Amino acid sequence: MSSDFMIRVEDLRKVYRVGEIDVAALRGVNLEVARGEFVSIVGPSGSGKSTLFHILGGLTKPTSGSVHIDGKDLRKMSEAERTDLRKKTVGFVFQKYNLLPTLTGAGNIAIAQDIAGILPGFDNDFKAILNLLGIGNRLHHKPRAMSGGEQQRVAIARAIVNHPAILLADEPTGNLDTENSNAVLGVLRDLNERLGQTILMITHNPEAAAYGHRIIHMRDGRVI
Amino acid sequence: MTNRLVVENLRHRPIRTLLSVIAVGIQVTMILTLVGISYGMLDDSNRRAQGVGADILVKPPSAGLLSFSTATMPDGMVDYFKGQPHITDALGTVVYVIQGGITAVTGLDLNAFRHFNGGFRYLTGGPFQGPDDILVDEFYQREKRVHVGSIVRISNRPMRVCGVIASGKLARLAVPIQTLQDMIGAKGKVSQIWLKVDNADNINRVITQLKAIPELANYGIWSMPELAAYYSVDNLPALKYFIYVIMSLSIIVGFLVVFLSMYTAVLERTREIGVLKALGASPAYILKILFRETLLLALIGWIVGIGFTYGTRWLIMTLVPASLTQEIVYLWWPIAGVIAIAGALLGAFYPGLKAARQDAIEALSYE
Ligand SMILES: Nc1ncnc2c1ncn2[C@@H]1O[C@H](COP(=O)(O)OP(=O)(O)O)[C@@H](O)[C@H]1O
Ligand SMILES: [Mg+2]
Repeated sequence: MSSDFMIRVEDLRKVYRVGEIDVAALRGVNLEVARGEFVSIVGPSGSGKSTLFHILGGLTKPTSGSVHIDGKDLRKMSEAERTDLRKKTVGFVFQKYNLLPTLTGAGNIAIAQDIAGILPGFDNDFKAILNLLGIGNRLHHKPRAMSGGEQQRVAIARAIVNHPAILLADEPTGNLDTENSNAVLGVLRDLNERLGQTILMITHNPEAAAYGHRIIHMRDGRVI
Repeated sequence: MTNRLVVENLRHRPIRTLLSVIAVGIQVTMILTLVGISYGMLDDSNRRAQGVGADILVKPPSAGLLSFSTATMPDGMVDYFKGQPHITDALGTVVYVIQGGITAVTGLDLNAFRHFNGGFRYLTGGPFQGPDDILVDEFYQREKRVHVGSIVRISNRPMRVCGVIASGKLARLAVPIQTLQDMIGAKGKVSQIWLKVDNADNINRVITQLKAIPELANYGIWSMPELAAYYSVDNLPALKYFIYVIMSLSIIVGFLVVFLSMYTAVLERTREIGVLKALGASPAYILKILFRETLLLALIGWIVGIGFTYGTRWLIMTLVPASLTQEIVYLWWPIAGVIAIAGALLGAFYPGLKAARQDAIEALSYE
């Protein structure tokens, strides 16, 4: 297996059991993402995009198939190792920002450091990233005092503060107006170009998808 | 960082936090006030017993030290003791308990009492002038708002207050000894005999000598230090069990309040817990945050409860200084703290497990 691939997914299947009915969310997904790639994933609602992310991030287990992230086999991981994967290897950004409402922007980033066992504090490199994100002087506010775009940029900062190998962004601009969307997408592209951050981004918006190097289409649990 | 999150979470829901803190505070105060009153009453009784100025106390057979015996010793025994070697004085008193076992009336002969220890110090008024006179101490006066000339009922018998005495010498309420003997149908009998010994070095010798007298075989004979040591909750099993009951109730109250408080907190934070998990928080990390929050609640509640205890003491001193005495028992602060924390952590246990087990994906797709 080549270590050039940050993500390698083979024949990935996921069946959810809802009551007495099996729902096949993924029906044999094959996917390879190279180190430093920015990949957009598009597809109709219910096509399994989020499920794919949840498996990549170790939040849920696949039913069958294999997933390698940064050379590590997810199937062989214990619960603790998958927790570790979320701490250090994968950063999540969600449509709904999902900042902790009781903490300031800085607090939200620091809690991610604390979870990873890193002493909270921003070094100069990270301060440069915060400036790149354009939130350097907004971090002492609580989320409710920030615009949606600002909140999403804080969420991105939080997702990458522990230098994850991959950033998984699930409809990061889904709740944003055009101006804020463009700001967030620009930031993702900068992170990718300047820092070599590997990014997978789910989106409904073709313009947003165009920010990626490559667009993957999903339908009915398969990559098409 | 988690400390910040814990504090902010508590500040985020000020009413819930306040109510939980007050509930834990009441829980702590319940224990500390009960213990404080127990210690206070015992110490007060002891102080007044020591204030008699005796060296030895004699009580009739089968009367526990702290139980108030009825008068069964013939008062001729007082003169008998006076004739024993090394004993310089003897004083017989009658004790009668009123007000549901809280307040005692002492019957005594003022001349004998003065001879024994110099007598009472009168704040107003003076000694008995007739069989229906009663002396009250300053606390009783304050609590019942009586003054010289007021009528006080003792077992439905009207008694006239003839004087107010400084507290600390045996009696809170004193009446002529014969009056009390008549009232309880114990003519010529006393409940306690107090002895004075010529020299402190001889006290133990006298006690040994008295215990050797066959007729006194089952009598309780105590030196004053023994008496002081005996005024302890350990010698009042009923009170001890009552304290245990209150402690258990208090744990249950703390458990229920914290359970509800933390349970709603967990439900309300479903999404946040999911976010923490997506950031890589382990179940232990989630538990840690919740337990710290609980611990902080319990600690603040504990401090508030200690504050409340000063409040109940103030109330007691202001409203019922003669009936109740409450002490601040520092020794019990940590005990009450441990109880508060134990109840709270028990209460946080199930909500904590629920949070730790919660499925991150479901939490995140929570709309
Ligand atoms: N936790 C779950 N339990 C049961 N079914 C689920 C769950 N998550 C997703 N699904 C189902 O799996 C399918 C794919 O969902 P999802 O991955 O969220 O798609 P997308 O993100 O592309 O909209 C849908 O039919 C959805 O209802
Ligand atoms: Mg989705």
